[in-house]
Amino acid sequence: MELFELTIKELHEKLKNRDISSVEVTKSYLERIAATDDKINAFVAVTEKEALRAAEDADKKIAAGNMDILTGIPVALKDIFLTKGIRTTCSSKMLENFIPPYNATAWEKLEKKGAILTGKLNMDEFAMGSSCETSAFGPTKNPWNLNCVPGGSSGGSAAAVAAQQTVATLGTDTGGSIRQPASLCGCIGLKPTYGRVSRYGVIAFASSLDQVGPMANSVEDCAIILGIVAGFDQKDSTSVDIPVPDYEKSLVKDMKGVKIGLPKEYFIDGLDSAVQKAMNEAIAVYKGLGAEFKEVSLPHTDYAAATYYLIATAEASSNLARYDGVRFSHRSGEAESLTEMYCKSRAEGFGEEVKRRIMLGTYALSSGYYDAYYLKAQKVRTLIMQDFIKNFENVDILLTPVTPTPAFKIGEKSNDPLQMYLSDIFTIPVNLAGTCGISVPAGLSRDGLPIGLQLIGKPFGEESIIRGAYAFEQATEWHKGRARL
Amino acid sequence: MKITKDQIKQVATLARLELSEQEITTFTNQMDSILAYVDKLSELDVSGITPTSHAVPLENRFREDVVTPSIGVENALANAPDKVDGFFRVPKVIE
Repeated sequence: MELFELTIKELHEKLKNRDISSVEVTKSYLERIAATDDKINAFVAVTEKEALRAAEDADKKIAAGNMDILTGIPVALKDIFLTKGIRTTCSSKMLENFIPPYNATAWEKLEKKGAILTGKLNMDEFAMGSSCETSAFGPTKNPWNLNCVPGGSSGGSAAAVAAQQTVATLGTDTGGSIRQPASLCGCIGLKPTYGRVSRYGVIAFASSLDQVGPMANSVEDCAIILGIVAGFDQKDSTSVDIPVPDYEKSLVKDMKGVKIGLPKEYFIDGLDSAVQKAMNEAIAVYKGLGAEFKEVSLPHTDYAAATYYLIATAEASSNLARYDGVRFSHRSGEAESLTEMYCKSRAEGFGEEVKRRIMLGTYALSSGYYDAYYLKAQKVRTLIMQDFIKNFENVDILLTPVTPTPAFKIGEKSNDPLQMYLSDIFTIPVNLAGTCGISVPAGLSRDGLPIGLQLIGKPFGEESIIRGAYAFEQATEWHKGRARL
Repeated sequence: MKITKDQIKQVATLARLELSEQEITTFTNQMDSILAYVDKLSELDVSGITPTSHAVPLENRFREDVVTPSIGVENALANAPDKVDGFFRVPKVIE
């Protein structure tokens, strides 16, 4: 067995027993990246020198008996997390040369536990996309089929985990950007409740929806990473100050007495037959584990995508106003006046999808349209939230597909933004409601592409979805499947 | 049509985006179909519904007003496209 095939706990034990060194583990990953990334393009940058230096330091710490859970374990990060002294681009030309002066809290917490950074992972530009095709540095390919998208926006993260280029990673999820790529690449991705993980140092897309979460090839690794990054942060006033449970205690194999809701609006006619089949099989597995099922209704589901694309773009148009070419982003060399400098810098620095969303958001917030679009969307958001709150009075978790279809072909939807937006219809409502969801491998399509199932929990109910995901994982073989590279 | 080329040009001005003629045409068509889609929200009666800006209720967080270290001028300017004497430099604003 290769070192890059081990879980966090397996690596930790071997490092602790001095069976392997951190330098060996780090080299194993760097070689894996070098051998596979020409095909996949999951990495924007590989930080080889820094990683090997950090691995040497980690080995000294381990020799001195000074070890934490992640000491000496290499991980790669989505290029949306600020990493002090290491270029962070958000896959945009706008930040092509940006070297952050500080760390994102989530990364700082991993680093404090001993993690080593091996590189920065590709994504849709400013996390705006569902396919990783809007990256200014070229698309990432799905390791299961190089003609297909890995999903997005955390497409590089999901592809890197699926290709075993990193044991685990962090993504961000605004409308499905952790769960959808995890589903399309056959790995596990957890979007925590809004406020569970600090957003400090995470480049903002839509501030009322963005959330940081773990991605890995096992539920256990996701639980470990979530336990480290979760918690209140003084530097993010929207992070919530409630205790972080021991998520590893939720790694329980049975589902006795757990009530699972099946929202009828998620089992629609347009659902791919392989996805439907995987859901039916998953329901049977859960019944075997002792879960009870109940059909439920989330009546405003059909309005979620429209609501999301007004709220998310409105917030994005405001957040992205900071890229003015003055302090840290691309500046056009062509401008004479200040206004011209703003307009040209932004025209040159942003890609097409980012411009489209800034335009839509600016329109939705503009005088005369604010009430009809933005305010209306905020009111519908209330209805969507209430759908979830009502149902969680009767069931513990909800089970749904993550996406209506498996991975689509590169280029298939890139000229039709509306079709691209609708690929997120099952993940978006969770962000609008601010609650938590997890994607777990649950099948393969006829063409051998992964299919994921989504478990949705109550706000701050991460333990219940981790339990549900773990029980399913242990009862099935789907998570053991690996892309052939 | 839900939106015209002239409106797109006006929105681009508000957003400080210089768009090419090609982009104006493309965005007009695409935003037209996106706006037609989001119009489905008008099927819902939302009178009396309180708008949600954040899923988790937010309250002001206060802290003691004390001086703490910050990143400093050099770090703050490190990524600036143009700087002079500890300041960001921009094209002339006043004629």
